[in-house]
Amino acid sequence: MDKMPRWADVILVPLINISLAFIAAGLVVMAIGQNPLDMMYYMVKGALGSSSGIGYTMYYATNFIFTGLAFAVAMHAKLFNIGGEGQAIMGGVGAAIVLLAVPWPHWTLALPFAILGAAALGAAWAAIPAYLQAKRGSHIVITTIMFNFIAAAIIGFLLNGWMKDPTTQNAETRNFGEGAHLPTFHEMLAPFGIEFSKSAPANFSFILALVCAFLVWILIWKTRLGYQIRAFGWSPSATAYAGISSVRVTIIAMLISGGLAGLLAINVVMGEQERLIKEFVEGAGFMGIAVALMGRNHPFGIVLAGLLFGMLNQGGFELLWEMPDISREMVLVIQALIIIFTGALDRMTRDPLEKLFIMMRNRREAA
Amino acid sequence: MKLIKTLLGAAAIVAAASTAFAEGHGANPAIIFDLGGKFDKSFNEAAFTGAQRWAEETGGEFREIELSSEAQREQALRRFAEQGANPIVMTGFAFSSALETVAPDFPDTKFVIVDGYVDAPNVRVVAFSEHEGSYLVGVAAAMASESDVVGFVGGMDIPLIRKFACGYVQGVKSVNPDATVIQNMTGTTPAAWNDPVKGGELTRAQIAQGADVVYAAAGGTGVGVLQTAADEGIFSVGVDSNQNYLHPGSVLTSMLKRVDNAVYEAFTEGTMLSTGVVVMDTSTGGIDYAVDEYNADVFTDEIAAAVEAAKAGIIDGSIVVHNYESDNSCPVE
Repeated sequence: MDKMPRWADVILVPLINISLAFIAAGLVVMAIGQNPLDMMYYMVKGALGSSSGIGYTMYYATNFIFTGLAFAVAMHAKLFNIGGEGQAIMGGVGAAIVLLAVPWPHWTLALPFAILGAAALGAAWAAIPAYLQAKRGSHIVITTIMFNFIAAAIIGFLLNGWMKDPTTQNAETRNFGEGAHLPTFHEMLAPFGIEFSKSAPANFSFILALVCAFLVWILIWKTRLGYQIRAFGWSPSATAYAGISSVRVTIIAMLISGGLAGLLAINVVMGEQERLIKEFVEGAGFMGIAVALMGRNHPFGIVLAGLLFGMLNQGGFELLWEMPDISREMVLVIQALIIIFTGALDRMTRDPLEKLFIMMRNRREAA
Repeated sequence: MKLIKTLLGAAAIVAAASTAFAEGHGANPAIIFDLGGKFDKSFNEAAFTGAQRWAEETGGEFREIELSSEAQREQALRRFAEQGANPIVMTGFAFSSALETVAPDFPDTKFVIVDGYVDAPNVRVVAFSEHEGSYLVGVAAAMASESDVVGFVGGMDIPLIRKFACGYVQGVKSVNPDATVIQNMTGTTPAAWNDPVKGGELTRAQIAQGADVVYAAAGGTGVGVLQTAADEGIFSVGVDSNQNYLHPGSVLTSMLKRVDNAVYEAFTEGTMLSTGVVVMDTSTGGIDYAVDEYNADVFTDEIAAAVEAAKAGIIDGSIVVHNYESDNSCPVE
């Protein structure tokens, strides 16, 4: 029997957590002499109050969904892939190579190849740590985190060298051109007569991210490979006894993970910047870990958590405009508090609630 | 229910008040700081100083914002332009592409970009001749050096920093053609702008090779360079802002890039701002070197005379400092 009714598990607990988070953040805001109600209002309004705000929220969420899924797939095999950052960087290089190599006539043609390029290099970047883990026992946390630095150095080298646009000072490639332009939500919704902000960067990648989330769900829970990955995660010795190769599962899980992280580049590099720049991942690879943890490594949870993180990013930036006395660092504190309460301190509310529900049920049954 | 009503009511009042604020102060200038942040003790901070000086002198108000993501560049530009801020100043070459997209959408708004390049009728591009300033401090370094070996610690390895290095080497060689210049870049990622520990290590390595003056063109990394130079008892040269006060007696001088003047001038001209390329060089006082009470003891009259002569030469054209960015190469090593 479940400890709690489902509605309490899915709605009540997160709701209490979010309220606690806003109370804690509100206290901090009050401590610096600002109105906490304004803070909450502007954060929510900034993230969801206009189509431009929604567009930015969705744009950030797309990144977090990709890296969150990447982390979750590896985590189901109990592989802590902290290298999403580096894999996303290499994904950007892969996408850029594909998009620069051919003068693409239309995005529908360019997109599949860009996805292949981004996923292939992202996966390749995860393959080496995966191999070292599977064959040599080098710990995946150490190797993936080191590969982040190597990736940062490689993109720096490429953007200062042969991928650099010679006509500019900046370390960036030339523009990918009109044919590689992904439709934004403004362009996608216009035929339906829906007015969506023209400047918001949300693009087709958001839909791609949702599709990926669905595919990951099928992979993990509906396929034989997903079963092997989960079984390996729970007990490597049992899976070995069952005749499943640990090397194969480790490498495949990491390839999928790296490929998903690489897809972040479709959103940022192909969809937003339309050229390769150096600092395009901006910590989304690491944020993906928090997103996956908050989403309990389930694709649906990751989409929701990704949207929440996207709201925090966009709402936090809006806060800077509306309340000039709140600094950039203060916004970070508020965001961190919300993440702590909704993610890390989840059991703090869940456990007492479970006890409460069991107590109430026992009393009812006794009566 | 009542609580919610009160909340919504309060929120509506605040929202109304903030729109009124935005409209009322529409023609104010605005400044956007780059990802490095407002208080980086260097480039962005210099811009902030200039904006503040303008506010204090004129009693005017300006709006400002610090970014935390690449995607926010265009967002911030549009927000300010839509709110009627004019002119809008931004610091850093990384704004170039965003401004290229936004500038044509707001033909009546004037934009000022420091260190970038955008070709649009409503954009002023402020370019600094850092190679000239680096030449001047190179002259000073060569004069102060007794070992005839001087060092250069750059931040991220980009053409702009090679431009600093190239000007510096030319200055050193102009005084002492046999001098050796040891050059190191801190890294290839933006993290190289803020790695004082590595800056210190590079300085120590250069000292081991005989360097007794080290020039840091490395943002926050330079703090470590200056610190190590002071600890080891050699000279250092600061950059962008006046950093003489950090280690009196050890910082020989600082190469000044008057970003504050660029911002101050832009704010002063306001909506009547002229557009096009504005070069801030030695002759206009946009590039200079720092002499104050903190380095008066070490910046001897002999050094001062040599540097002044070089400065005069650059201004009257008798000395031409090669600009690395003009052909991506440096005539001297």
